[in-house]
Amino acid sequence: MSASSTTLPSAGPVAGSRSFLSRLREGDEIVRLITFLFAASVVLITVLLVFELWQGSVLPRHRFGFAFFRTSVWDPVFEQFGGLPFIYGTLVTSAVALIIAVPLGIGAAIFLAELAPARVSDTLEFFIDLLAAVPSVIYGVLGIFIVVPLMRDYIQPALKQSLGFLPLFKGPGYGIGFLTAGVVLAIMVIPYIISVSREVLLSVPRDQREAALALGSTRWESTWKVVVPFARTGIMGSIFLALARALGETMAVAMVIGNSPTISASLFSPGYSIAAVIADQFTEATGELYTQSLIELGLVLFLLTFVLNGLARLLILATSQRGSGMGNA
Amino acid sequence: MNPRLRWRKFVSNFMLTITGLCALVAVSVLFLILGYLVYHGGVSVNWNFFTKLPAPVGETGGGMANAIVGSAKLLALATLFGVPIGFLGAIYLAEFSGSKMAFVVRYAADLLNGTPSIVIGIFAFSIAVHPFKHFSAYAGGFALGIMMIPITLRSTEGFLLAVPRTLREGAMALGASKWKTIATVVVPAAYRGILTAVLLAFARVAGETAPLLFTALGNRYWSHGFNEPTAALPEMIYRYATGPYDDWHRQAWAAGLVLLALILVINIIARAILSRGSSVPRA
Repeated sequence: MSASSTTLPSAGPVAGSRSFLSRLREGDEIVRLITFLFAASVVLITVLLVFELWQGSVLPRHRFGFAFFRTSVWDPVFEQFGGLPFIYGTLVTSAVALIIAVPLGIGAAIFLAELAPARVSDTLEFFIDLLAAVPSVIYGVLGIFIVVPLMRDYIQPALKQSLGFLPLFKGPGYGIGFLTAGVVLAIMVIPYIISVSREVLLSVPRDQREAALALGSTRWESTWKVVVPFARTGIMGSIFLALARALGETMAVAMVIGNSPTISASLFSPGYSIAAVIADQFTEATGELYTQSLIELGLVLFLLTFVLNGLARLLILATSQRGSGMGNA
Repeated sequence: MNPRLRWRKFVSNFMLTITGLCALVAVSVLFLILGYLVYHGGVSVNWNFFTKLPAPVGETGGGMANAIVGSAKLLALATLFGVPIGFLGAIYLAEFSGSKMAFVVRYAADLLNGTPSIVIGIFAFSIAVHPFKHFSAYAGGFALGIMMIPITLRSTEGFLLAVPRTLREGAMALGASKWKTIATVVVPAAYRGILTAVLLAFARVAGETAPLLFTALGNRYWSHGFNEPTAALPEMIYRYATGPYDDWHRQAWAAGLVLLALILVINIIARAILSRGSSVPRA
């Protein structure tokens, strides 16, 4: 019994207690081997994914080196490929998305975790989960037919009138562009921010709230000055998670960003994102260098989301451990 | 009440109202989406939509029968590929694995889960399209299957680990071998959770477009077998919504409504299965 090969608390204590032969006869070793192969295939697929991305982008890496990230010429005819406009577009749209989604999402999460009765909170969370399940192409359809006209006819003229002196809101507003893509992305990532932040806020021990209230703070003060700071790292994690989603989001962005490799300070300008350019041009890419340049963009996207997801997981883990470490309320 | 306290109470109520509004806005988006889809797409969801092929470019009418069948094919392939790997891999993690191997597999699964779908598409292209020089349903199903693996694996593992140890010990005390314990006690005890995980993974990939663009590619006609370019509902929505014809836009709305209805229904069923009694019997 003591030689149990596994450290997981709930796994059965079998392995060391019988001879290998008897376990083989009873089929345990066979099942173990079969399931091992399936588990290992997950690792294999992941390794293969990284390998294919690396291997598939050899040509542009040798040809352009780091200039790939600095130059903004994207000319398939003369085989000049610079990824800067796409990286720029991805970062700008994601930034716009976060600026809108973070306050809204955290506000809603505070309401769900601190104010709403458990029943209401669970019902609303159910709707939020459904919202997170809406596929991105549907957001794209609503983006094209609802958000774009709305931006063109009302929001962009209004922004230009009130804040037109800023370079951000200069130039003609076509409806499509960085701003619209950012708005659609914001709508898409809000559910992620709410779900994770709500979980994190709920894991804050009740003593923290009670102590603040007992010292005479109002409900808002206990929330904003005690609970939210306590959950700070976890909320940051939810934001990173949302950012990773926003960076990798493809269809909705491809449908509203305008698909033109432009770098412009104006948010009204049409642009391009990494994911959108891959979706748009991959099948029609002629020539190895063209295809491989797109794959290199894919590699960049993969690395970006990889780093962000890793950070997010660490942050969320840190908070939930802190919460449970201080005793549950 | 002194003015300072009154001010603090006012701020408190004001800010809390704002958080309520935030929640209201966030949730109302769901109903706005549903409302718009029903309003624009409702009238076009008719018999033709489900039974006819797309009309020739420029003509009005036609339906998306091929895309509906294509989606079913792709999802069947994805389930056949992704669910066994996720399910059996989870059994290994929960029942057999040492902590080092478990860490590596979990890490790989989380990495896959966070990978943008378009990158999965590139991967499936270079594995399943490029070597064979043609697009196919197999390639599309492969791409979607990869996306199902991490979701199935991680949740199944969680539900298996939640099965109380006493149940396993009971089975083993009766002389069952380990794999018999797993097959007849542990998995049945966790089956609701596992089913939910599979359904959620299915719903997740049912709406995926990006990985299909250069694997299954799309097709305006019936595709025969699994070795030809195949249409899928989300991919048709993308092409029709970005196309130039009003009749295409009409059908994009209709297809969007059908797709979203399918996904929401699967989600609701999955959650209902899970909440109908606890998945794991209490020890």
